[in-house]
Amino acid sequence: MREYLLGNAAIARGLLEAGVGLVAGYPGTPSSEIVETLVDLKGDLPLHVEWSVNEKVALEVAAGGSWTGVRAAATMKHVGLNVAADPFMTLAYLGVGAGLVLISADDPYCHSSQNEQDSRRYAQFASIPCLDPADPQEAKDMAAFGFELSERFNIPVMLRPTTRVSHARADVQFGEPQPSCESPRFVKNPARRVALPVHARPLHYELVGKQSAIEQALQGTKWNRLMLRSEDGIIASGIAGLYAEEAVLDLDLDVSLLRIGTYPLPSRLIERMLQHVKRVLVVEELEPVVEEQVERLARKVNPAVEILGKGGLISREGELDLLQVRNAVARMSGLEEKQPLRIPAADKILPPRPPALCPGCSHRATYYAMRKVFGKKAIYPSDIGCYTMAVGMGTVDTCLCMGASITLASGIRFAGETEGICCSLGDSTFLHGGMTGLLNAAYNKARITVTILDNSTTAMTGHQPHPGTGVTATGEPTVKVSLEALASALGAGLVETVDPNDLERTIECFQRAKEFSGLSVVIARQPCVILARRSGTARRSFTVSDDCQGCRICVDYGCPAIEFEGDKARINALCTGCGVCAQICPSSAISEVAR
Amino acid sequence: MRASECDIVIVGVGGQGVILISDVIGRAAVKAGKSVRGAETHGMAQRGGSVINHTRIGCRFSPMVAAGGADVLLALEPAEALRFAHFLSSEGVALVNASPVLPVTVTTGIAAYPSLEDIHSALRDVCRMATFIDATALAKQAGTSQAMNVVMLGALSRYIPLPEDLLLDALAQVVPSKYLEANIRAFALGKAEVE
Repeated sequence: MREYLLGNAAIARGLLEAGVGLVAGYPGTPSSEIVETLVDLKGDLPLHVEWSVNEKVALEVAAGGSWTGVRAAATMKHVGLNVAADPFMTLAYLGVGAGLVLISADDPYCHSSQNEQDSRRYAQFASIPCLDPADPQEAKDMAAFGFELSERFNIPVMLRPTTRVSHARADVQFGEPQPSCESPRFVKNPARRVALPVHARPLHYELVGKQSAIEQALQGTKWNRLMLRSEDGIIASGIAGLYAEEAVLDLDLDVSLLRIGTYPLPSRLIERMLQHVKRVLVVEELEPVVEEQVERLARKVNPAVEILGKGGLISREGELDLLQVRNAVARMSGLEEKQPLRIPAADKILPPRPPALCPGCSHRATYYAMRKVFGKKAIYPSDIGCYTMAVGMGTVDTCLCMGASITLASGIRFAGETEGICCSLGDSTFLHGGMTGLLNAAYNKARITVTILDNSTTAMTGHQPHPGTGVTATGEPTVKVSLEALASALGAGLVETVDPNDLERTIECFQRAKEFSGLSVVIARQPCVILARRSGTARRSFTVSDDCQGCRICVDYGCPAIEFEGDKARINALCTGCGVCAQICPSSAISEVAR
Repeated sequence: MRASECDIVIVGVGGQGVILISDVIGRAAVKAGKSVRGAETHGMAQRGGSVINHTRIGCRFSPMVAAGGADVLLALEPAEALRFAHFLSSEGVALVNASPVLPVTVTTGIAAYPSLEDIHSALRDVCRMATFIDATALAKQAGTSQAMNVVMLGALSRYIPLPEDLLLDALAQVVPSKYLEANIRAFALGKAEVE
């Protein structure tokens, strides 16, 4: 079959072709559509697919599947691998049962992330093989191949797509899903499943010992291609290989080219390139993983070769594009560089269009009430989610990593900060990484207020369910975990739930939380407006009367549904009917339209 | 030598249906036996922000259109046309929905929205032709304002190397069947705008 597929859908196809039987992931851009596609394609296949509570859980669940003889995969974004780093590092020692593929999707340029870390470094760190696809077809093929490689060398394998692979589309050739293992069984083998020191020591020797065999096996795969032509060369990895090929075509050059898609790197091919050329340009996104190896091998086989790359022609930050790569190749070849087109009018007359909280988003209402109660001087640690976009409201003072709002708030208090401290995080983020922080805050007596912005979904990444929603990834009903009971059990002294669209009660609730002498938790619950729209919840509509004094209080509230025209406010068609603006208008000029 | 038969950049605001246009083109290209590449915006940027999609027909390289390389800039919103105009080739064509979506920076009075004349003249300076289309009104005329993106797809169909019947087949695969008739009308109205 051949279809126009999203990279992540292609990866899902690759997993199915390899007969995967268990896939666990946590949502994170740019990785989320892998699990979502599997949910859509699952049908009657004997496949367990789940949204796990976090990435560490996902990788451990996948490892359990692998050790029970079922091909298994875990999916996450690059920063999710930090959360999963603990099982990740030791799994490299213990190895697999059936094949285990870890998919860590990198996000150069931070399109939707807090950093640009390079997962290839993690693969190096753990001494596991890494497959670095250039496009959706390679991603599909590598996903399937990863299981064979994993089983052959008894080691987890990393597939590392980037945003421009995961969120690219291409015509992709793929095959039918294959059945997964029919007789799953956990085979006891303490020497390979129990990481006691006495077991781990020899396993480390084994891990290091198999590296060169893995390199040999990967070297000849179709993802490593060497073309020796002139004495100028380019070595490019992953998607950078496509930029390099297009640049060479555009400049009409006959340079030598080595495209790389596998790690440990194919040393033999790199050496042949280095023996052939006088100059070589290394093109890769983010860290100089290939370049460092090229430098090492050049010392051995051709110390005179000139190596170009990071620290000049190719940037270590952000994502590469054709222009940057073309100009680097042009510079190496003594050709003219192209300047990007500047349009002065665009800079002068265009209004910025930053992403913003949706019209009627309840996070805005919660933050409004929080700020009213805690005031300008209070400290507002926040977290990872849609609500981080409310940074302009003055209630997002920090954003570090999943769940860090509570722990940062605790540390700020323990350090001696005497102002009010009110932190906030979403429901999915709380369940992912906030619970242990809340437990710690209770145990160590942090006098802070924790606000759970409960929109009953994982909104930012595309509305995935979680344990608080009562639904699994595949839509089956399941236990609906109570955030109130959880917060109480973790030791919060005051736990209150409020509808943030009811401003007066929300303000009263924050007031009680602020005055509480210990750890207080406010659960601000109102379903995400996008989900409410999709589920067809009836909307109210609001209008501004002539009583409007033009004070702009509603406009400053920042809802995209409120505009300012002439000297009065106006509500536009984006209104979702939350009614919060009507509650903040000092002139009572905003009212619901009777139907 | 060209790396792609036709490079298209599709821009707009999150929620306007940019991805659907690329999806229809990509499916039609596969039906036509052509290789095709696309790159889209997901995640944070979608929330009311600018979105950009690259679509390359007859291309085996990266999914990203080079700055200065687009044969067509299809903009579902006028300010976004100008924001991404640096992708246009000097021989390229800009097709622009004339109906603005005001960003929060404008509704709250921090910034002003430029006049359509200013946007048009800035676009004219960088490419061969800039055409404004009242796609929002045409979509209503076709029976559903949701089909604004399909009006623009109809206009785009004049400039891309794919037969209309394949585009309409692909359209039928991606829009709900109860809206298909209205979407086919929207496509035809958009196409007629650039005849």
